[in-house]
Amino acid sequence: MKRAVFSNPWLPIMLLVPQLFIIAVFFYWPAGFAIQSSFYLQDPFGFGSTYVGLENYTDLAQSAEYKRVAWFTLLYTFAVTFFSLAIALLLAVKADNVLRGAKTYRTLLMWVYAIAPPVAGLMGVMLFDQSRGNITKLFETFGWEFRLGVDYWDTATAMIIVAVWKQVPVNFIFFLSGLQSIPRTVREAALIDNRSATGRFWDVIFPLLAPTAFFLLIINITYALFDTFGVIDTLVKAEPGNNPVTLVYKVFIDGFRGNDLGGSSAQSVVLMVLVLILTIVQFRLMERRIHYT
Amino acid sequence: MARVTLEDVRKVYPNGFEAVYPCSFTVNHGELIVLVGPSGCGKSTLLRMVAGLESITEGEMSIGDRVVNDVDPADRNIAMVFQNYALYPHMTVANNMGYGLKNRGMAKAEIEQKVNDAAKMLNLSDYLERRPSQLSGGQRQRVAMGRAIVREPDLFLFDEPLSNLDAKLRNQMRIEIRSLQRRLDTTALYVTHDQVEAMTMADRIFVMNAGRIEQIGTPSEIYHHPQSTFVASFMGAPPMNLLPARTTGNTHVELADDLALPLVSHVDYAGPVQLGIRPEDVRLKDGGDGGTPFKLDIVEELGATRLLHGQLAGHAFTVAIPHEERSFDDTLTLDLPQDALHLFDHETGRRL
Repeated sequence: MKRAVFSNPWLPIMLLVPQLFIIAVFFYWPAGFAIQSSFYLQDPFGFGSTYVGLENYTDLAQSAEYKRVAWFTLLYTFAVTFFSLAIALLLAVKADNVLRGAKTYRTLLMWVYAIAPPVAGLMGVMLFDQSRGNITKLFETFGWEFRLGVDYWDTATAMIIVAVWKQVPVNFIFFLSGLQSIPRTVREAALIDNRSATGRFWDVIFPLLAPTAFFLLIINITYALFDTFGVIDTLVKAEPGNNPVTLVYKVFIDGFRGNDLGGSSAQSVVLMVLVLILTIVQFRLMERRIHYT
Repeated sequence: MARVTLEDVRKVYPNGFEAVYPCSFTVNHGELIVLVGPSGCGKSTLLRMVAGLESITEGEMSIGDRVVNDVDPADRNIAMVFQNYALYPHMTVANNMGYGLKNRGMAKAEIEQKVNDAAKMLNLSDYLERRPSQLSGGQRQRVAMGRAIVREPDLFLFDEPLSNLDAKLRNQMRIEIRSLQRRLDTTALYVTHDQVEAMTMADRIFVMNAGRIEQIGTPSEIYHHPQSTFVASFMGAPPMNLLPARTTGNTHVELADDLALPLVSHVDYAGPVQLGIRPEDVRLKDGGDGGTPFKLDIVEELGATRLLHGQLAGHAFTVAIPHEERSFDDTLTLDLPQDALHLFDHETGRRL
């Protein structure tokens, strides 16, 4: 790494200040506030709060509802991550093989990326609508009576499908550029060494994509855990009732619908710890493993 | 026994570009053929067609007795060494070499045996568990060679395998590849743009230009009897001097009105020609009658030889002389031996 030397010691600090300011105001301050309020029981009408120590956390640990949501979040994250990676990889491999019109395909596949999560959710609502939804009608022909917002698992399916659909383009772009950075001659050497295309993919292409795949794995887990808020919100129409929600959505529900700010803060602290662990895992593994050059 | 036969093999890309014009030739078993030419001349395309990495537009290609036009690259029993080695970066040296064997369903012990043998031959035994990124350029080159050797192929294909090495290593590997190929008695096609590699390694050289094979011959034939001005100027460093001249239908060629050179034999053709003379065939004349005047501009010192650049009959001309020759005046007299004169058609460039 190049060492830059500043003659004036204040210059680098001045250059960093805007960034540090933003991080402090929009991350450290609210995070600190959340940690603080997770030890208090807030009055729902804002007339003060009582210190309750770790009670918010012990409540969480004992809550059957919280466990159920945690399990669903795990399942949801796994399903969204797995399917959005698998589908994107399949599309990228196919697009990589296309010689003519490759650019058009790529652009078409990337468009979805530009759609905002709530809009994607709304489109999902329309497509999966109980009476008018096109996909609902499609499922009907297979004898599956799909009831969005009523049946727990039907709603979960719709949530997963919309979240996957939204995430596939991002993964696709990364996988495709990963595939295209594999030297042509390495593929050709494999062509001479192995007659099976499937064998070549798993023995040579996929291992060389592994750094990309691992990066995407972390990104997708983060996405499924936190960024699918908009999708979930529009699909369950802020009426969680018997509908599946994820941990992040539950923070919102408990805090702003249930007015349990303390409990909600405790939940978000738990999530913060989760993100911290994910980040550490990511940096550790990314630095150490899966590096070839 | 692997002979390679091409019959009217042609390559046209979908955009209409004719990369290789129909060509036919036979490579005999155990021969090392060097395809040489400037970049874009179609030599790599031809090699890649033999490998099966490019489809053959027209014609028939066979390796041994088998027509391979539609045979998968993996089934052609060939091995290829690429310019940038194309090693699998995520595999160890041993796995790189054994990957092709594994896919042929060979037993593990047998693969290990073959890999170890090849590694010993190439001085790679200590590096079998390393990754390509932990090796030097020369070592990677050896691994690529090893990967080719363990397959015991009918045919080696080399695509500029030495271009990425430094000059010293290149000279050394040139000799090693040549002796390995002899020892293994395996037919080889070798693509390069380096005419020194072509001259030193080849049993026969195929000189290619703009999708056509200009000349096929032993290095000596190519050097001493170039069939065209292209071959004459491409092979040899410094290149052959080419001067506009004219023949008069007798035993002389005229460089200028007052400058006629005698030819070895009678030439029927009368008209403009190109006269070729290799710089190293020219002698300096120590006094005496006759000789051709030469105006010296620059002397290039190469150690073993000196290159004299100047003008002969008003055209740029280069002379190579041994280093022990004396110092130089501005005007010299040259002796252009009869048997060193090559005549080419002034339009087509073909030898007359």
